[in-house]
Amino acid sequence: MSFYPICAEYNDAPLAEQFGSVTEHDVRRALNKTTLSPEDFLALLSPAAIPFLEEMAAKASQLTLQHFGRTIQLFTPLYMANFCTNKCVYCGFNTKNNIPRSQLGPDELEKEAKAIAATGLKHLLILTGDARAKSSPEYIESAVEILRKHFPSVSIEIYAMTKEEYARQVEAGVDGMTMFQETYNEELYPDLHPAGPKADYRFRLDAPERACKAGMRVVNIGALLGLDEWQHDALKTGIHAAYLQDKYPEVDIAVSLPRIRTHVGDAFTPKSLVSDTALVQNMLALRIFLPRCGITISTREAPDFRENILPLGVTRMSAGVSTEVGGHTGEDEDKVSQFDISDERSVDEMCEVLKKHGYQPVFKDWHPLQEAS
Amino acid sequence: MNNDIFKLGGLEFNSRLLTGTGKYADDSVIPDVCEASGSQIITVALRRVDLESDTGNVMDFIPKHMQLLPNTSGARTAEEAVRIARLAKAMGCGDWIKIEVISDNKYLLPDGYETAKATEILAKEGFVVLPYVNADLYIARSLVDAGAAAVMPLGAPIGTNRGLKTREMVRILIDEIDLPIIVDAGIGRPSEACEAMEMGADACLVNTAIATASDPIMMAKAFGRAVKAGREAYLSGPGAKHSHAKASSPLTGFLHEG
Repeated sequence: MSFYPICAEYNDAPLAEQFGSVTEHDVRRALNKTTLSPEDFLALLSPAAIPFLEEMAAKASQLTLQHFGRTIQLFTPLYMANFCTNKCVYCGFNTKNNIPRSQLGPDELEKEAKAIAATGLKHLLILTGDARAKSSPEYIESAVEILRKHFPSVSIEIYAMTKEEYARQVEAGVDGMTMFQETYNEELYPDLHPAGPKADYRFRLDAPERACKAGMRVVNIGALLGLDEWQHDALKTGIHAAYLQDKYPEVDIAVSLPRIRTHVGDAFTPKSLVSDTALVQNMLALRIFLPRCGITISTREAPDFRENILPLGVTRMSAGVSTEVGGHTGEDEDKVSQFDISDERSVDEMCEVLKKHGYQPVFKDWHPLQEAS
Repeated sequence: MNNDIFKLGGLEFNSRLLTGTGKYADDSVIPDVCEASGSQIITVALRRVDLESDTGNVMDFIPKHMQLLPNTSGARTAEEAVRIARLAKAMGCGDWIKIEVISDNKYLLPDGYETAKATEILAKEGFVVLPYVNADLYIARSLVDAGAAAVMPLGAPIGTNRGLKTREMVRILIDEIDLPIIVDAGIGRPSEACEAMEMGADACLVNTAIATASDPIMMAKAFGRAVKAGREAYLSGPGAKHSHAKASSPLTGFLHEG
């Protein structure tokens, strides 16, 4: 079983027509339901739902409070390497980009880990570019061994792996994985990912499911909104999350909602501009469709916006972020980031902001069942 | 009422309301919640406990007089629940443990079979085991055999605030199971806790309804009073309910006339 045939059906469907034909009545019906169908979710993502945003916000806010309380889990990404063999047209790490490439060794990792741990954060997301020869599964495992001494929760956002490789990461102490399909549009996908391992649409699409099968506790998925019509990718992301949630109920399924940002290299024009209203509509529809799904918002978003959306469904936020390799120790002036961030506030500043808005910043929400060696 | 002691795990308590520590905007409200509710037993998820933290630790806010009830939130199997219980004990959280084994993140319904397995292992190791389960007579009986100190049937799925949806099943457990019955999960309003106690439940555990209230302290107070009122109603033996009016001069009264 795979999500692929389900996704293919949506890729073949006349989605623009379907979004355009949603009526006010369809939106009302979706809003009055307890359990929503994919059609209801589509209705909430449609232009017909825009006049209902306030009602959707009230419902999403209530559902989030009920299931997650007034808490926001904090984490930060640690970029371990930026070597990459892909040619993703929208990414700063594109192999064609002439940028300084580096990879953290054990000592540098230890330094980075200590610097992050000093902020109090306990949840860490580690990232590498897509370069197996450089950032091999063994390299990731040995990095996890170092990092687990400082963090009870270590998640990975790396290239797509086999089920066996994910199982090895779980064994090494990884408890979560993030995988962005970028766009679910199979026709558009090759234009955006012309070369490199990431060009394999199907292998990437099935990666979250392989991680679920391998025993990963938290699986976070998402599309890079703006690469395709945002409603289309938002719909398929939600359907993908629902599929995983139904098939792997023991796994915490979460969704990230990133919008395309500027990067080093050739100018790239997104297919659709994702406005603040659009992102909010996506978040509200997702929360109402999947009440228990985690929702992650990154520092791609501006400080004011991040604060305003706190009650609307967010459960996890990054803080104290650097998207550069070794960026937390700040010793190298030649560092290049994967993308520009909008919210540069420190962990302490984020905590103050959350408290000011009546939310508890949660630093630790997992205790490993095998102690770090 | 002063002699109405709640006996659990070899200890005696005056309060029959158990509280939780999750979902608060700020953990610093916990002591006030405990005081307002009168609760003497508090549950905490081990996954949230961070004894090394400089940034705040939920344990710092739990009043010293409270009986700590660590829970195994996050456990998906009996084996994981057992490991979490042992970790909690090793971290100095004592030998009471609330077993939560949940492998369905959509509804957060407990796995009775895995819960019973974990209960048996931990009870043999000397833990005071309080298992959270569906309101099911067969599971409850297996928990009695496994050595549980109480049975904690849900009123409705965790965090839903939907009230005592399992009323009839809980009533059967109260009638049939010779262990304290603590209604846990789903209770959203003080009146619902009151009803559970009136039925004969030995205690209630309430977290979401208090933590997500606009005024958690006032809500905690309301729950404390409701649990007491329900308990008093139960002890006082309410009159029987009738579906029709009872004439004060019964039609068959003449049969008893001399």
